[in-house]
Amino acid sequence: MLEVSGITQIFGGVTALEAVSFKIAKGEITGVIGPNGAGKTTLFNIISGIYRQTSGTVLLEGKDVSGFPPERLARLAMVRTFQNIELFGGMTVLENVMVGMHTKSSSGLLACSFKAPWSISEERRIRECAMTWLEFTGIADLADQTAGNLPFGKGRLLEIARALAVGPRIILMDEPAAGLNSQETLALAGLIKRIRDLDITVVLVEHDMELVMDICDRIVVLNLGKKLAEGTPREIQESPEVIAAYLGDDD
Amino acid sequence: MEFDQILQYSLSGLSTGAIYALIGIGFSIIYNATGIINFAQGEFVMLGGLLTLSSLQLLKLPLWAAIPVSVAISTVVGVIFERLAIRPLRQPTPINLVIITIGGSILIRGLAMLVWGKDTHAIPPFSGDTPIAIGGATILPQHLWILAITLIIIVVNKIYFYHTISGKAMRACSYNRRAAGLVGIDVKRMVLFSFIISAAMGAVAGIIVAPLTMTAYDVGVMLGLKGFCAAIIGGMSSGISTVIGGLLLGVLESLGAGLISSGYKDAISFIILLLILFIRPQGLFGKADSERV
Amino acid sequence: MKKDLLLFIAFALLVMAAPQLFKGGYLMNVLVFVGINTMLAVALNLLLGYAGQISLGHAGFFGLGAYLSGILTTTYSMDPWGAMPVAAIIVGSLAGLIGFPILKLKGHYLAMATLGLGIIIFIVFNETVDLTGGPSGLSGIPNLKLAGVSFDSDVKNYYLIWTFALAVMLFSINLANSRVGRALRAVHDSEVAAQVLGVNARLLKVQIFTLSAVISSLAGSLYAHTMTFISPASFGFNFSIELLTMVVIGGLGSIFGSFLGAALLTLLPEFLRAVNDYDIIVYGALLMVMVMFMPGGLVRGIPALYRKIAGQKGEAGNA
Repeated sequence: MLEVSGITQIFGGVTALEAVSFKIAKGEITGVIGPNGAGKTTLFNIISGIYRQTSGTVLLEGKDVSGFPPERLARLAMVRTFQNIELFGGMTVLENVMVGMHTKSSSGLLACSFKAPWSISEERRIRECAMTWLEFTGIADLADQTAGNLPFGKGRLLEIARALAVGPRIILMDEPAAGLNSQETLALAGLIKRIRDLDITVVLVEHDMELVMDICDRIVVLNLGKKLAEGTPREIQESPEVIAAYLGDDD
Repeated sequence: MEFDQILQYSLSGLSTGAIYALIGIGFSIIYNATGIINFAQGEFVMLGGLLTLSSLQLLKLPLWAAIPVSVAISTVVGVIFERLAIRPLRQPTPINLVIITIGGSILIRGLAMLVWGKDTHAIPPFSGDTPIAIGGATILPQHLWILAITLIIIVVNKIYFYHTISGKAMRACSYNRRAAGLVGIDVKRMVLFSFIISAAMGAVAGIIVAPLTMTAYDVGVMLGLKGFCAAIIGGMSSGISTVIGGLLLGVLESLGAGLISSGYKDAISFIILLLILFIRPQGLFGKADSERV
Repeated sequence: MKKDLLLFIAFALLVMAAPQLFKGGYLMNVLVFVGINTMLAVALNLLLGYAGQISLGHAGFFGLGAYLSGILTTTYSMDPWGAMPVAAIIVGSLAGLIGFPILKLKGHYLAMATLGLGIIIFIVFNETVDLTGGPSGLSGIPNLKLAGVSFDSDVKNYYLIWTFALAVMLFSINLANSRVGRALRAVHDSEVAAQVLGVNARLLKVQIFTLSAVISSLAGSLYAHTMTFISPASFGFNFSIELLTMVVIGGLGSIFGSFLGAALLTLLPEFLRAVNDYDIIVYGALLMVMVMFMPGGLVRGIPALYRKIAGQKGEAGNA
């Protein structure tokens, strides 16, 4: 599904990532873990087209997508969420999800201004589809609220609903459990599993080990910009290198 | 093309360029300390010239006293502006800051029109107007004054930024405001300082240029914009790059006006501005900086 | 959305009935300008209020529309109805071309670049004397004609201008509540998130910049054909600032707000006649006060103020 090979990123002389390679299988939940500063978010920013890597390639379903801008990756059915949820604060919850339908609709500037008949029916379809994603994530009752006023936990759900509206085959989540309480984290675990059941491949960067060990099919461990280990949760838990890396870290 | 002619245009371009450089440094100092492009920067230039005029004519002060008095008053206006318009702003988004500094600039200009009227005023040159011959060209004593005073200000500026505590603190703010705050630098005070320095420098620029170009309530608009061009060429540096930017702009403009068409003189600056912003937004001499693009 | 449309219908009826209500010819003339300024403010608001991209050069696009229409109909004897779309296409192409590099810039830098662009256009109006007549202006521009009726009186012009202004308002309301409008607002709130969802932010910004320039050009053409005389002074930096003031005072991202701002700023000088040139003091103060105390503009500020006052009264009653 997704294959990164030899990803190296250098920021002004500092090597943030060094020759990182791994494969992610279709339909699995993969966790990317590692101590602070391991380069997890940098890796996500490269895969999702926000940064351009110094060297290395990203293959999405066998296609080389290195250096593609994020909007092109969305059309190839890859989408991501952010650690500090990036909502469209001035818009309603429903409208946020409707923006997610951007690539699944096509009315242009003039069709929209003149209210062409096809743009009206498309608008209806966008609205209905967006509503079903709000129901899927369980926040349909908040549809008309302003997104900027949502509590953090609900905002996280909205961001996931919005990403799902893109119709992804793969979704990258950057620390989805950050800032959530234990009850919300539990609900999130259920939601992520239900997303996988829709045949969407999930990749997450996460600090919450309990969550990672619970839901992930495979885990990739990064440390100091390099891949340290890769395997099933059980293998990772027993890996002496991983244990050493985590014990050496005060976190 | 006569060499003498080119020399003549270049020489007079250098002194206008020095003025642009001073105004440009004023822009950069505020930008580096606060991230704000102060659209009211040109108004301090206008205030410097017109306040000197009033000090000379109404207060009957001698020139050597009139200059510090008008610089001081302009600086006070700068402080008031920072206190009333910038500091209390609840949502300091770039667009709000653009709008509020534009509002401030219009307000100051309007009040100046109320005080000094719409006429153009002349200020006597600092030391007569007997032309001095240099090669095949001539320049006025005022040109030399401009170059000399600009040089002094740049040197003082350099000493301030590199050899005084508050100057170093300002530089720290320009590298990283948050980190500067964390190590105990009073960032708000540095913001105020930046307005004080910029207002004073703008006023000086306005005073030394007034004997050459005359002055009026609305000179701040164009001079301010030209100063901004200089700062952009210099990559928003508060040092030598902006000085070179200003001099370059002054000379190009002067040559363009003389050799191509005087009507398009101002257009030349703005075409340079757009080209630099499109091609090298980090300035002619700077390294790439993702924040500006 | 439905609410917006109902409000629009009520507004349109009121606009169309206005000439019957005030029979005065002088007021009609001012209301013609309100109509033109409404078009311009709505155009700028699409860019600034929805997409969050500032322009301090819109007077330039307005002027280009006016001059192109003026030159095509006088020097080249084109029909005004033909000149208008030609002007709009030229201005639109220009804006589209310059849009790509200029909209790469953000915030203060975009403000300065658009300002520079506006000034360059202004200088061209002044300097290309053979084409534009230079600072003394271009006169003898023909009125628009429709089915043998020439739009040469204030009342006729009122209906002409407001037909266009209402159409622009309706299109903009439709646009704002559509797929494209949402994408614009998304780019405004978080460009990176919009991109991740598949919105081509760069292209979209250029599109809206172009549309905004085209509407401004249309307003310019209409201005030229109703005034029959134009000069560079109407299209300078100060007018760009005036447009900005209209949008900010009315309310960023509100089409009716743009009308309110345009109406207020067009009518204000009529009331400030006593202080004549000093109206710029009022503009400056208005801009500052609005940003500081009513950043949402009149359309949001007045209801909020009303609720606050009503709320205080309620509390006082309870006490």
